[in-house]
Amino acid sequence: MATRTIIPFGPQHPVLPEPIHLDLVLEDERVVEAIPSIGFIHRGLEKLVEKKDFLEMTYVAERICGICSFIHGQAYSQAIEGMMKIDVPERALYLRTIWGEMSRIHSHLLWLGLFADGFGFESLFMHSWRVREKLLDIIEETTGGRVIFGTAKIGGVRRDMDTFALNRIQGELKTIEKQCREITDVFKKDGSVQRRTKGVGNLSNKDAIALGAVGPTVRGSGVAIDMRKLGYAAYAKINWEPVVETGCDCYARCMVRCRELYQSFDMIYQAIAKIPEGPVDVKVTGNPSSEYFARVEQPRGEVIYYVKGNGSKNLERFRVRTPTFANIPPLVKMLGGCELADVPVIVLTIDPCISCTER
Amino acid sequence: MAQMKIAKVITRSVLSRPATRLYPFEKRPFFRNTRGSVSIEIDKCIFCGICQKKCPTAAITVVKASKDWQINRLRCIACNACVEACPKKCLAMENAYSPAVVKKGADDAFHQGDKSKAEATQA
Amino acid sequence: MMVHVEEQSLVTVDKSQLVEKATQMSKEGWRLVQISCTAKETYELTYTFDNNYKCSHIRVVLPKGDLSLPSITGAYFAAFTYENELQDLFGITVQGLALDFKGKFYKLSVKTPFAPKP
Repeated sequence: MATRTIIPFGPQHPVLPEPIHLDLVLEDERVVEAIPSIGFIHRGLEKLVEKKDFLEMTYVAERICGICSFIHGQAYSQAIEGMMKIDVPERALYLRTIWGEMSRIHSHLLWLGLFADGFGFESLFMHSWRVREKLLDIIEETTGGRVIFGTAKIGGVRRDMDTFALNRIQGELKTIEKQCREITDVFKKDGSVQRRTKGVGNLSNKDAIALGAVGPTVRGSGVAIDMRKLGYAAYAKINWEPVVETGCDCYARCMVRCRELYQSFDMIYQAIAKIPEGPVDVKVTGNPSSEYFARVEQPRGEVIYYVKGNGSKNLERFRVRTPTFANIPPLVKMLGGCELADVPVIVLTIDPCISCTER
Repeated sequence: MAQMKIAKVITRSVLSRPATRLYPFEKRPFFRNTRGSVSIEIDKCIFCGICQKKCPTAAITVVKASKDWQINRLRCIACNACVEACPKKCLAMENAYSPAVVKKGADDAFHQGDKSKAEATQA
Repeated sequence: MMVHVEEQSLVTVDKSQLVEKATQMSKEGWRLVQISCTAKETYELTYTFDNNYKCSHIRVVLPKGDLSLPSITGAYFAAFTYENELQDLFGITVQGLALDFKGKFYKLSVKTPFAPKP
């Protein structure tokens, strides 16, 4: 009878970008089960609605997470606009799409670096982040901040990008795309990457649906669910299909994110070609007074925002359910039966953004 | 060979100059649009207090009676809300970050000098 | 100029019919999206489900005196994270949880911070 030991993984661990605690129950070197617990970075942001009015909550919503910051701001604006039935001008919708896809490229490049670091391939980590630096320069030039964009606003966007700026960033993005090809080729074909990721962290098609997985975690198991198909912002006018792989293991999820990188570049070029002229925001009058659910696709999956107003300037309830929260049950299932050395790779493959999870 | 796919990228980075910058000898140039720190042309200010109301972190203090305008640099998140809201357009967003401080609590204070006294000394 | 508003349906049920409705939705292929709670005079719980991009909600209202709820982990095992969060943040007791952390899921220094002060 093998002896069981319990090893605590996290909250401080060199491979984790953010603190999560997992109690791993081990038999020799095999993990039998994993017990998660969260709460190390709970800031109580949902309670701030009692103090800040609904226009100031945009600043709070943007700062829930550093990596997916613009899309949080966009989802909050969409939730309030849906509740108060505000018409957003078309140019603002296209600009939101362009910044949203740049945010997605930045997030996937960051994840590729962290994933390579997770199994010890440090030079690939450094090169992925070197490519990401050029993208952050473009973001700083157009929005003013490298990480927190500060451009999401209820009723539109706060800044404009004129045609000259759009054509220039299109040229720079083509250079970045060429550099990305060299990096993703390594992930696709290198023997050491494949040996560490193929066959690790299996999540079958039926389990992925039953456990409520979202984002690349579920698209790597053959299920095509992508919230951008709902048609918000300018996604209904651009040609694209969700990226699906059928491998069901860590390698398949890595390939989903690599292919989504190139899909995002293509979406930005299409949006720049089709963007119309016009104003970029509308004035917002009145107070929110009903409730609405808004669903948006973040780089990590589907995020759902619930806002409820009661006629005063402060919202009554503001609730965010982020994709990493929905991916915790699949993570617990994937960790059953794996080796101890595979635990960092599996935890990183769901792209954990714990500061989003705990708000 | 499937083992050394990254050889091309690594050889190129070994043979060319490093991707990092030797700060503080070589400083990074900021972009025109970078949100660094807020600056004020104090002579144009009418002390209406709109910037204080719009600030999401309560970093700005406006005292109309003594014509003082103060900003707490550590609380300011450079969100641009005050710059957009100012009716006299006397606030601007500089693209350089405010310098690091060693003590918390000291505000940056600006005071609008007495115009009538200046005219009397000139006349 | 367009307004993007999603078509969503909302149904209010009683606490006793909750498990039966959840089991029926699971058989029809609906995916659980989230469970959320608004705590003011009464506790309003909203269960959100999705099927092929269509969204539908079930609402359960709990009076302040009786804060207990049957668990839907029989139909949807993934609900254990949301129901543990309800226990830790709002003080609602969920009966029949498949994986019950008994208050230790969320490490907090203040117990039930989101429950309204009595």
